[in-house]
Formats: sequence, C-alpha cells, structure tokens
Amino acid sequence: MNDFWINETVDPAARKWEEFYRNRFAHDKRVRTTHGVNCTGSCSWEVYVKDGIVTWELQATDYPQLEEGLPPYEPRGCQRGISYSWYLYSPIRVKYPYARGVLIDMYRKAKKESLDDPVAAWARIQDDPQMRSRYQTARGKGGFRRISWDEAVEIAAASTVHTIKRHGPDRVAGFSPIPAMSQVSYAAGSRFMSLIGGVIMSFYDWYCDLPPASPEVWGEQTDVPESADWYNSRFIAVVGSNLNMTRTPDTHFISEVRHAGAKLVVFSPDFSQVAKYADWWIPSNPGQDTAFWLAVDHVLLTELYAQRQVPYFQDYAKQYTDLPFLIEVEDGIPGQYVRANVLDGYQDIENGDWKLLMWDEATDAPRMPNGAIGDRWAKEKKGNWNLKLEDAVTGQAIKPQLSFIDKHDEVAEVKLDFFGNDGTITRSVPVRIIETANGPIKVTTTFDLLMARFGVERGLPGFDAKSYDDEDVPYTPAWQEQYTGIHRDTLIKFAREWGRNGELTNGKNMVIIGAGANHWYHNNLLYRSAITALMLTGSVGVNGGGLAHYVGQEKLVAHASWGSIAMGADWGMPPRHQNTPSFHYVHSDQWRYERGYREYDSLPENHPERFDHTIDHQARAVRQGWLPFFPQFKQNPISLVREARRNGAETDEAVVKHVVDGLKSGDVEFAIDDPDAPESWPRTWFIWRGNAIGTSAKGHEFFLKHYLGTHSTAIAAEPTDHGVAEVTVRPDAPIGKMDLVVDLNFRMDTSALYSDIVLPAATWYEKDDLNTTDMHSFINPMQAAVPPAWESKDDWNIFKAIAKKVSELSAGNLPDVVEDVVMQPLVHDTADELAQPKVADWRTGEVEAIPGKTMPKFKVVKREYGRIYDKMINLGEGVRNNGVAAHGLTIPVADFYDELARKQPGARISADSPVMPSLERGRQVAEAILALDPAANGELAHRAFEAEEAKTGLELTHLAAGERDIRTDFASIVAQPRRILTTPTWSGIVTKGRAYNPFTLNIEQLIPWRTLTGRQHFYLDHEQYLEWGESLPVYKPRPDHAMLSETEESLAEGQDGQLFNYITPHGKWSIHSTYSETDRMMTLSRGGYPIWINNKDAANLGIVDNDWVELYNDNGVFVQRCTTSARIPRGTVFVYHATERTVGIPISPRRKKRAGMNNSLTRARLKPVLMSGGYAQFTYAFNYWGPTGVNRDTFVYLRRIDKPSYNGEVTS
Amino acid sequence: MRVRAQMSMLFHLDKCIGCHTCSVACKNLWTDRKGAEYMWWNNVETRPGTGYPTGWEDQDHYKGGWKRDKDGRLKLRLHSRASGLAKLFFNPALPELDDYYEPFTFKYGDLFDSPQGDQQPTAEPVSKITWQPVEITSGPNWDDDLGGSDIYAANDPSMNGIDAAIRDQMSEIERVVFNYLPRICNHCLNPACVGACPSGAIYKRAEDGVVLVNEDKCRAWRMCVAACPYKKVYYNWSTGKSEKCILCFPRLETGQAPACAHSCVGRIRYMGVLLYDADRIADVVSMPEDQLLNAQLDMILDPWDDRVVAAAAAAGIGDDWIDAARRSPVYQFVKVWGMALPLHPEYRTAAMMFYIPPLSPVISSIEGNLTRLDLPDEREDFELLEDLDKARLPVQYLANLFSVGDEEVIRKVLRKMLAVRTYKRRQSVDGEISEATLALLKAAGTTPEEVEAIYKLTTIPTIEDRFVLPPYHREMSIETLNDPLAYKGATGFGQIEPPRRGA
Repeated sequence: MNDFWINETVDPAARKWEEFYRNRFAHDKRVRTTHGVNCTGSCSWEVYVKDGIVTWELQATDYPQLEEGLPPYEPRGCQRGISYSWYLYSPIRVKYPYARGVLIDMYRKAKKESLDDPVAAWARIQDDPQMRSRYQTARGKGGFRRISWDEAVEIAAASTVHTIKRHGPDRVAGFSPIPAMSQVSYAAGSRFMSLIGGVIMSFYDWYCDLPPASPEVWGEQTDVPESADWYNSRFIAVVGSNLNMTRTPDTHFISEVRHAGAKLVVFSPDFSQVAKYADWWIPSNPGQDTAFWLAVDHVLLTELYAQRQVPYFQDYAKQYTDLPFLIEVEDGIPGQYVRANVLDGYQDIENGDWKLLMWDEATDAPRMPNGAIGDRWAKEKKGNWNLKLEDAVTGQAIKPQLSFIDKHDEVAEVKLDFFGNDGTITRSVPVRIIETANGPIKVTTTFDLLMARFGVERGLPGFDAKSYDDEDVPYTPAWQEQYTGIHRDTLIKFAREWGRNGELTNGKNMVIIGAGANHWYHNNLLYRSAITALMLTGSVGVNGGGLAHYVGQEKLVAHASWGSIAMGADWGMPPRHQNTPSFHYVHSDQWRYERGYREYDSLPENHPERFDHTIDHQARAVRQGWLPFFPQFKQNPISLVREARRNGAETDEAVVKHVVDGLKSGDVEFAIDDPDAPESWPRTWFIWRGNAIGTSAKGHEFFLKHYLGTHSTAIAAEPTDHGVAEVTVRPDAPIGKMDLVVDLNFRMDTSALYSDIVLPAATWYEKDDLNTTDMHSFINPMQAAVPPAWESKDDWNIFKAIAKKVSELSAGNLPDVVEDVVMQPLVHDTADELAQPKVADWRTGEVEAIPGKTMPKFKVVKREYGRIYDKMINLGEGVRNNGVAAHGLTIPVADFYDELARKQPGARISADSPVMPSLERGRQVAEAILALDPAANGELAHRAFEAEEAKTGLELTHLAAGERDIRTDFASIVAQPRRILTTPTWSGIVTKGRAYNPFTLNIEQLIPWRTLTGRQHFYLDHEQYLEWGESLPVYKPRPDHAMLSETEESLAEGQDGQLFNYITPHGKWSIHSTYSETDRMMTLSRGGYPIWINNKDAANLGIVDNDWVELYNDNGVFVQRCTTSARIPRGTVFVYHATERTVGIPISPRRKKRAGMNNSLTRARLKPVLMSGGYAQFTYAFNYWGPTGVNRDTFVYLRRIDKPSYNGEVTS
Repeated sequence: MRVRAQMSMLFHLDKCIGCHTCSVACKNLWTDRKGAEYMWWNNVETRPGTGYPTGWEDQDHYKGGWKRDKDGRLKLRLHSRASGLAKLFFNPALPELDDYYEPFTFKYGDLFDSPQGDQQPTAEPVSKITWQPVEITSGPNWDDDLGGSDIYAANDPSMNGIDAAIRDQMSEIERVVFNYLPRICNHCLNPACVGACPSGAIYKRAEDGVVLVNEDKCRAWRMCVAACPYKKVYYNWSTGKSEKCILCFPRLETGQAPACAHSCVGRIRYMGVLLYDADRIADVVSMPEDQLLNAQLDMILDPWDDRVVAAAAAAGIGDDWIDAARRSPVYQFVKVWGMALPLHPEYRTAAMMFYIPPLSPVISSIEGNLTRLDLPDEREDFELLEDLDKARLPVQYLANLFSVGDEEVIRKVLRKMLAVRTYKRRQSVDGEISEATLALLKAAGTTPEEVEAIYKLTTIPTIEDRFVLPPYHREMSIETLNDPLAYKGATGFGQIEPPRRGA
C-alpha cells in the first residue's frame, strides 16, 4: 500500500478544473418564498435565480426559536416542494391563454352575427342546443387553441354577465381551496364572486378534511396543536395519519420526542411509513378504530372513574366538560339537557331555553352555571359567559356533582341504541327527581349516562359488562376484537398506559389523527370515540395533549381581516357561501344513482324517520335554514326583487316578505326542490388554485357527464324507484349543465384539460402573497423571484381583468343599480345559534315560517355591476366603520384603516369622501391583511381581548399586553418568518415562545367553548342526533359493498375481477395532484400512479409486480401498473391520492375510453345527521359545518390486464 | 502519525423519514442535465430491499471494493493491475442500463397540441435517451417502501444469515418492517475508485478528504464505476466522463452544508470534521474481517489530545480546523458515544460516512385471527430495552450492514438509545430518577451526563449544532495562482467552457 492508491492532492493548479462545479453553484440572487396551495406545510424557501432563470430551491433555516427545550423548526420543506422549480419552464406549463377551438370558432361567428356584442353572442350559443352540445362533447378531447388575453377575458366576462342577466348571479360559481396557503390569490376570486353575487364554494368539508366531530364537541371548525407541541407530549397515538407522507417537514418532532421519553403507538392497517417510529404498531382492521377506542374508553371509565377516582380527571371533567350537566330521562329514553327556565328560580331569565343545569353538591340542588350559549348571546345581563363554577344568577359557587350513584331518588332504566347486531340494550342510571313548571321530571347526569352507555359495571341492574372478557357486551375489550382484529390483551395494555400517562403528566396524551380515520362514512363517531379518551384523561387544552387532526388543515391566522377582504364585507356584501358536498351531490346528479342514506347508514330501531332519501334531508335542511344552497330559487333573484318592487314592496322587509310568502305559496321555488330543472343549474364556473374537475371531484365521471356533457366511464344505473319524497325527480338526468368552465392554472392538469378556457396563472415563485398554517405559528411570505413567465399573470391581476370586463359589459345588459336578494342559512358565532330549540318544519305547518328563525335569512343587496372593478381594487369603508370580526367578536380598526390609506392610497368613493386604501396590487392586499388583524397587529390583539372581556366578564387584556406594540408587515416577514400573536380569534396562548395548543385559553382563562353548554361535549342533544342514535359516542358498522350499490353493473360486465376495498391515502410523491406529474416525482414513483396490493392477493390473481391492472366499479375505471407488497393488508387496494389523467393513462380495455383517475371510482355520499342545524354549535358556517365528502368506503373490482394501449387499438 | 482532516457526514437512521428530499436537492443542483439523468449521487433506499443500482451489495456480481488475499494483502476485487488493463474495453462487472434504469419523461406537449378527437389526450412516457415510447420497468427508487417486496426485499443481500423463520415472518403482519438508508459517496480513506482509475483522474482532496473525479483528466475507462462497492461513481453518457458526489464542496468552501444535508427535513444528518492518522490506513484496511471495524474507528484521532494537535499543526491543519474537529457532532456520535458505524466496513475502503442504526416496533403474533403484540406482562417503558430480539428489524440484519455481522456492536448502540429514552421518560413523567433507572443506564454503558448530551444532540440541535463546518481558507488556495485582490475584481469574467469529451 502506498499513497498512489489514495492519490491525495493539494496542488491548486492541478485542481483548477474544480471550478466546473463551482460555476454551477454560482447564482445571482436568493429570494424567500413558499408554495402556495394544497400543501399546508407553509415552509419558508429560498429560490435561487441565475441569469433571470429559477434554477433550484433550498429551505430557509432562520425560523425564530420557540421555548427553550423545543427542537427548532428548521429546515422545513419536502421532496415535493423542492421539485417545484421544474414547473416554471416545463412543457406542462400553461404559458398562454387557451380555449377549445370549436368554441372559439363558434364564439367568433356568433359575435360577428351579434354586432360585436359579446353578451349577445354568448346568449346566441347558449340558446342553440346543438351548438352547446358541440363544444360540450368536445370537452377534454384536445383541440385547444392559443388565444389572446383580451378574447379569453371577454368570453369569461360575457358568460358571467349573461348568466347574471338570464339566470341570476347565484348561477356563477367559484371554486378554490385552502386560502391560507395563498391568501391573496384565493381572495382574488372570492372577492370577485362576493361583489357580483356569485357562489363561493367550500373545500374543507368537500375534501373530507373537516372533522365534523370538532364542531360537534368543541363548536370549532378545527383547532390543533402546532407540530412543535407534539414534543411536549409523552404518549402519542397516531391514528390513520401517515405523518411522513402528509406532514413531512413536521415528522422530525415525532422521531425526536421519542428520544425525549414519549411513547409512540401507530394505528394503521398497513405497515405505514410512520409505523417505523412506533413502539407499538397496532394493525387494526380498516375503518374499525371506533371499536378500539370505545373499548379503551370502557377501560378508562372502569379503572379511573368507577374503581377509583383521579382528582385531576375529576376536576377537569367538572369544569371543562358537559359531564355534570343534567339530562332528562323520560319513559326510559334520554332526551335533551334540562333547560334552566323549567326551574322556579330561573323561570324568567334571558335566553332561558339556552341555559342549562348541573347538580350542586353543596346545596344538593340543581343550579344554573355560567357559560352556556344563552349567556354568550345575552343582551341584558352580559359578562356571564365564562367557565367560573358559579350560579349565573346569584354568583354563588357551585360544586358540581358528577354522578348520582351515591345519592339518588331512584334507578331508572334507559333504553340505548346499539348498532351492528346489538339492537336496543337496557341499562340503568341513577336519577334525581326535580320539580319543574311542568311537573316532576327525572334527571341524570351526562356522566351517569356515559357510564351506562359504556356498560361499566357499577352494581346497577341492566346489561353491563361483568368483565373485560364479556364478548357480548359492547364496549368491552373482548367485544371489540370482532371488529378490529386486535387481541384484548393488547388493547387493555394500551388503555392502561394511556390512563397512567394522563394521570402522571396531567394530560400530556395526544391523538394525531388524519384522513385514514376521517374519510370513513362514520368519521364523526370514530373521532368522538378517541376524543372521549382525551377528555377522560384531561388532555384537551393542555400543551402536549389533545386532538391533533391534520387533514388538509389550513389555518388562515389573520382570518378576521382576510374575511372582510376576501368576502367583500368592506362593501357590505353578504357572500353566497355554499357547502360544496351538497352542491356536487345534487348538481352533478350523484344523488340520482342511489336510494339514499338508508342503504348504508345505521339508524335506531325505535325512531321512525320522516324522509326516505338523503336529498330529502338536504332539501329540508335548506328550507329550515340549516344549510345553504345555490341557486337559491328557480327564479332569478334579481327578477324576484324586481317583481316584489313592482308589487309595491317599498322596504327591504317588504321584499323579504314577498319572497317568504312566495315560498309558502309555492310561487317561489327553492332550486333544491327541483334540482334538475334547467333553471336550477349552475352555469358559469371559475376554478382557480385547485383541481375541481380532477382530484377534487369525488364522482369525477359523473362530473364529466352531468356538468360537462362529455365522455364518461361510469356505468352506474339509476334505481327504478329513487324513493324520494321531497324533491322532483325528472325522468332524465340532464347532461352538460355548465355553460362555461374557466380554469386559472399554471399547469395543464385534469381540470384545465377539461375546461373551456385556460388562463395562464403565475407560479408560486412569480407572485407576492401570504401563507400560514396550523403546523407552525409563523407567517410566511410568497414573493416573486422572477416575473410571471411568458403571458402568465397572478390571480389577483386575472380577476381584476375579468372584473373590469364584467363592469364594461354590464353596460346595456344590467341596470346601473341592481337589487339582489341573498339567501343565507342560520350562522355559527351569531345569535342565530339560539334559533331552534326544537326541530320543526314550517312547510308542514309545525311552525311559522320566520326568516332567520325557522327558515333561512334573506337580505336585499344593491349591486352596481358597472363598479365591480372599482370596488375590487379599493378597500371599502365598511371595514373602517364596522371593524373586523371573528369568533363572534368585533374588533375596531378605523385608525389602522386610515393609516393604511395613507401608506397605499387608493380612490375615493366620491369627491368629498376620504381616500380608501388601495388593493390594486397583490402586495397591497397582503399589507391590508396584516395591518388589520389581531394575529399580526398587537394593538388589535389587545382590542380583541377587550371585546372578549365584555362578553365574558373575565380579565384578559394582560394576555396581549407584552405584544401590544408588534406590527407585522410584509417587509418584516420577508426578513424572517414572524410568529403570530396571542388573540381570542384563536384559542391558544403563544406568548414567550410557547407552542400553540388549542383551547389553552379556555382551560387557563376560563373562556367557554362556542358550544351549547360552553363546555366540551360528550353529549349532543340536537333532536336529530337523538333520532340518529348519535347523542353519545357509539359504534356504527362500516357500510359494505352490498349496501353501496356501486359494483352490481360491473359484475354483470364480467366475472374476472376480485372485489377489494379501495382507499386513496396521501401519497409520497405529490401533494394532492400537484407535483405528481413532475419529472422528479414520476421518476421516484415508478413512472406513474401505481396501485398497491398485498403480494398474496396479487399472486391469487396471477399478478406479478409491475403488471398492468384495471380497477373498475359502476362509477368508472382506473388503469395502472401494480405494486405488490407485504406491507399492504389483504383485501384492500391502495391508490395514492391524487392522480392526474393527463400523464401516462392508457385506454381502458373494459370501457374503451381513457381510463380515468383515482376519483373515477368514487361517488359522494352524505350523512344526513351532519346536516343538522339551527341549534348552538350546530349552525352553519363556511367550511365549518355540513356533511363531508367521504370516500373511503368504496369497493372496486381489480383484474390483471395485458399491456394496454395509450391511443391505438383497444384490446380486452 | 500523519494527521489528516476528513469532512464527514453522519446519518441518524432512527430519524429518517424516507422522504428523498435530499435526493432531489442534490439532483436539482448537480445532475439535472443530459447524460446525468440517471445519476443519483444521493439516493435513499428502503431496507430490506435491493437499492440502487439493483443489488449493488452483491459483490460476487459487481466485484466492488477490496479483498484481502490469503497472504493478508489488499487487492481490488475487480482485478489486479495487470488484468485491469485487459478489461479496459470489456468489463463484465460494469453495471448496465438495466441495473440502473432508462431515464424517462412524458410527451406533455400533446396535452396542448392534440387536435380534437374521440379520446382525451394523455402524455405518453418516452425515453430521455432515445425519445421513443418506453416501457417503464425500473427506476432509481423501484422498491421504495417495500414495493415488490417479494422480489426485492426478499432478495436483499444483507438478509444473508438470518434465520429462515424470521425471514418468512418479515413478509407477514407479525414482523413486516422497513427502514430507510440514505446513501452518498463515502469519500473513503481507501477509495477503490481511485485505486482502479487507469488515468489517475480521481483524487482525494488533502484539506477535507473529498474524493473527486477530475473532469479534465477522466478518459471514460469506467473502472471507477465497477470498483466502487457502493456504486457511487456514475458514467455520464453524454460527456464521456465519470461523475460522483462532490460532497457539495462549493458549498462547504463557503460555509454551507451539502445540499442533501441542508435539505434533510428529518434532521437526521450531521456534518463535522474527523481527524485521522493516514499512516495507519494501509494496516487498517488489511486487517482480518473481525477486526476491521474497530481498527477503522481507532484510526480516528482525539482532537483534544495534545500530540494529535501538534501533529495536525505540523500537517498544516489550522487551529480553526482543530476547533471544528473538537465541536464535531460526528466525532461525538462516532467516537465519544460509540453510536455510529460505517456502512459495510468489510468492503475495506474505510468509508467515512457514518450511520446510527434504527429502532423498530415490537413484533406481534397471530392468535386465531387476532393480532397480539408481543409485550411482557410487567410494565415496561420501552419493551425492547430488555429484549432486542423482539424488534421487528432483526439485529442480525443491521449487523450485516454496519458491523461485519457482529450483533453485539448493534445491540450496544440500540440499548444505549433505549436507555436515553427511558431516562428521559422517567425524568419527565415521574419527575425523578430512581436507583433502578441509574442501574439501567449503567447496564447500557452510559451515564446521566452522557444521556443528556446524547438527548440534546439527537433531538434539539439547531442547524449550527448539526453542521459544524470548518473555515476554508480559499484566499490561500487562490493565492497560489492569483492575487486575491486581483481575483476579487476579475472573477467571473470570461466564457465558461465545459470539459471536452475524450480530451
């Protein structure tokens, strides 16, 4: 051996060639920016620019540190994000405006024939069914032509004006998801929609990212710990959340906290990527986690509540949960909470139907504590909305009695509904008998009822568990085995460690939960079963504890100011917010292919239902004001106001009366009551920042058919009798409802490919914007590293251009001032929450039709279409005069509005009015969002706490005192990510580097939850929940394929497939569909979107790894190569969500058309109980409440196929 | 003693996410061009699996690395110098395109340009070499996350020696498991690529140990490709030059961690200086197999030792590099705590990248149709501390990767890691440390002080803690060719000429 082998070299001359690589690394500048939609990572990136070209990106690492002892956030950014720069100059980049050639030719001809009038030209096309069909059938089938910006904008505006004029503004719809990730870009379209009266479609519920259990239990959309707070936990259960895939930049906190002493248990049917970190991997059967957690709850209640009591848990339950509240038991049926005003001392109190009772140990009597929702909306006696354990009238201290087990008047039987094979089970609760205005009633505590529900043995008669081995008694550890496939011993060990950790750490138990749990039909029950284990161990509102739900989560921290701008509140515009699951279920006609929820939901035996089909519930929910629905009426709302005025309605009230009278008489019809009538169709659809037709389209093939009127691989048949009671079922489902689909996009994705007009949007490295998340507590900027490439423009400028054209084209087509009547449901965080103590239908005469009480609200709005553009680019005085609002708080901002107007002066409304802040450029919109929100402006945080003090009677402003001088503006976040401030528009305390954990404000400062009791709810007493058997945590079985009727037609096609449960977990190589088709991700993922199955299942079907396979059911078809693996459970097929049909998709041998995408196999099914409304936390808010777009219960056939063709001969 | 400094990277595999951000960071910077498409200087493998290129560890096939002949002398497995010349034009050990993959892309333009037809257009896959339609049958990450596990994981060369019953269980719910193995060039002390290069184009930089292929001198013999047992030298088919991981020296020279390490979002990577005694390389790499690992680790010098410091100074290693060596997180994990190991020391290249082996979940059993975790009856914080044989990933497997099959080496590391976890759990949950816990630490060969230090560097290090980068005195290197002041004014002017093929 000698140095020859090692060839050590020093000589710089011999090494001069090294500049070969140094030259590559040389760059001209680095720009801080981030990635702007879908992904909620909110990572700070540095983009490297050389010679005016973006060359690559690397993570910024300068996040401020949180508390000492927490790992830092750096670096943040994953394999997807670091691939983004490919898009800018890639061949899939949309560089110019495009339109379908057949439509362009038609339009140009029609325009010539219409004296160059674009609106008339558009009307001419729409009035001719043949023309309409010609361009609709061409959708998605090539033939794009590059056109000018002017022409593209003109067509979009012409369709908009035509739709408003002919059908009404509520037939123009806009869809864009996840505003937090690029708040200005989202606001561009939503502000435009608000100003014209268009429909703003929700996304969080449609994506099935909304966990309905969160509104149910906490009255909160979603509020979760930032990822650094995982590090404070000491026992983490990961349930259906594959953190490596979905929370890539946060996953290090999981690996790290294990080395800080935390135990980690991972629940997933497959050996998932996060399972590698687990101490225990528990492979419970897919979708059966509810059974597991209910049995855990059974053990906790038995050992830590019945056999002994833990002081911390007892105190927590009494102060922060509804467990001490009294429930009436009548004829063996638990009913609603007992209302305070049935008692003598409280008879005449304000909002007495909305104040509740608990039993005071000290006086041995029922008492009305502070904090119920009646206190929240008090007009007379304010300042009682808090969690102090005091009598709300006398101020006397209350010592809540959790259970009547030791002292009761009698033991009452209760009949409880169980599902599966269990039926109704009789158990017992100890009750007290109290005298009320209506005579004596039996009451029990929520806690006693919970013990009965879980069958905890307490020496009472009834069907309780004698031991954990009692297999027949729900919910014992032995009972759950049949569902989960997990041995009882393992469950008991888990439950005991969970309980012990909660006890030793005062609640540092955390459940990290995700789509693997939330995408099942009964997701709310699954979540509640786990939340129960958290509440029972005092873990919610504690750093290191609680429910960490991460599914498409997005946290737009500055939502108070942003909401005003994005939803046109500054111009006094009530937005038309639409819950998208209902919209698509109805309008894409997916409702017609099923017989409704009765086929797959489980209902108690002893509650007769009034209606037969999901759509009946949908229709009823709309007329009762529980859910929105657009179009509102079959009539044009503008014509309706005109008609009212013609009939002598002088005031707005009279107009509303005209509408209500019309609804009662039938002269005015809800569109939902006849959804397939041409008058009820949506017409013009704007899509931006999203993939509404592709990966967001559950029931994608039905979209192609009923919205677009083009080809489809669905073969589903409608039932001969739909079983519909409330809604008109037209004999033939309409084909091609949409007149025009406009897509703003930087890439030719599935939605762009199927749209009529594709507008080239700036990429995330080409615009200024804001970006926040709930994964961390910083505000990040998006900045243009290079200008928008080729002819692209940022979203703000695109919608400005459309607004300008709409203003222009409205002349001669729409009057200067137009009156519109906007229908809105009863809304959360307003006094609407007190609307309906009982469920009653005005149409059947059970109750009067009263807008805002028993039916929707109606508001008359003046629109000036000629001034849409002016309003778009100036921040209206509404914000100055009314402040910004969130969580039911109003925060005055006039001084900051004026300051902003000085910094970025815009126009004046009239010569003598003051200058408004300009919103002409995206950067200015970002500045306005930051300047006017308590999360970024310390003075406003202080004012928000002042407002909260007035409501609660608590001292709170000290929480904002230390941060009062902070003003976070755009320049400061460009310099370094800046932390959000502590504000009551959120629920966590973050001062001094403390990690954000939700509800710490509630726990530590005694601010109530925004629920009926003001506490966290185990019990849900909305009458519809009682009917559905979901008042307490309960197990309901998974719908099976026989219940779903989506495989019958496919079976008839051929017998060569095998049935699998089809799930679409988050993939490794994409964030939803974004990044998936990039060179890098395709190369790292086998060049496609492979289907994953267990290797033994594969062998049985004669499938070898990398063979082609076809997945199909009645909803559609999907063809890909197959990956076989031992880590996949038997009987389940995985397709990583979400695929594009633009790249490498062959023709389906079976259906002879282009095989679709992952959503070609799904269909939306809604859960009616989630349509409940008009009642406390069960009131509508955008992306907060409503049924969700579940899709994990899908079944498909899978078969091996020979190599299919991309374009040529079709073989089978 | 001849002291040399080596820039070394450490991978904490217990933290690896398997996200491949590192791979893409590297690719964006260095291999995003014609001829380099298939090069993954940094790649991440799922283990068990066959990695990239497929089955690279099978040295019976690829003939990489060195072997010790019966006289105890070191020889390239590929060839002797004499026979090497004969293989210049035909080398059967050279990996072929099928062992890598045919780079592909898609005809995205068809989405814009297709005329209106009966079917929706889609972008077909095409080869990046021929631009003709291509069947995609392999890739640089083909067996990711146990994809095709019955073909790939089952044939992992490092599964050799593992009990057949355990191997069977690893494809069942009882024991299915995987972990990730990120790999870059090991910048070896005894690099086989250097030894095999007929042109003398490959060298080890004296100041930091980075191994480079001189693009001016490379003559496309590709012996390096075959000789590297880690298959981390690639041949650029477009330029006719070999290329490999350069440890991002342009970044190191400017005080920035390599792109793969910088971008490591799992925070598993650490960078630091190791001092070693170059005089001992020849002896060390010729040791009998059972002594190789310890011998290699012994070669790494203590930067606090006065004799080492003096010898380093004599070798021209400045105080600031000594300081960096003392603060090196790699030195801490490798030498002070004994927790990190080189990959396949039996290849005898003295690889200088180090790995901390990972933990894995406890095994389970199937009773009837129920899954039951294999947990002891008594309460344990972390069950595996008492019985590492109940870890899903067999200790033997890790030993085959990192310790020439010596299980005890792996057990020591894992026990220490579990001791840290147990200590921190009892400290933060119980609020106190009992005698039993202290005894447990002692049995695991550690102390409360060491546990705290390991804990801190494992979980809460900042970027400055993870990457302790020494100052490169570029002005002194440049000065040998140019006046730095003149260079300041003149650098960057002129046109850049890439190396010419065959030149």
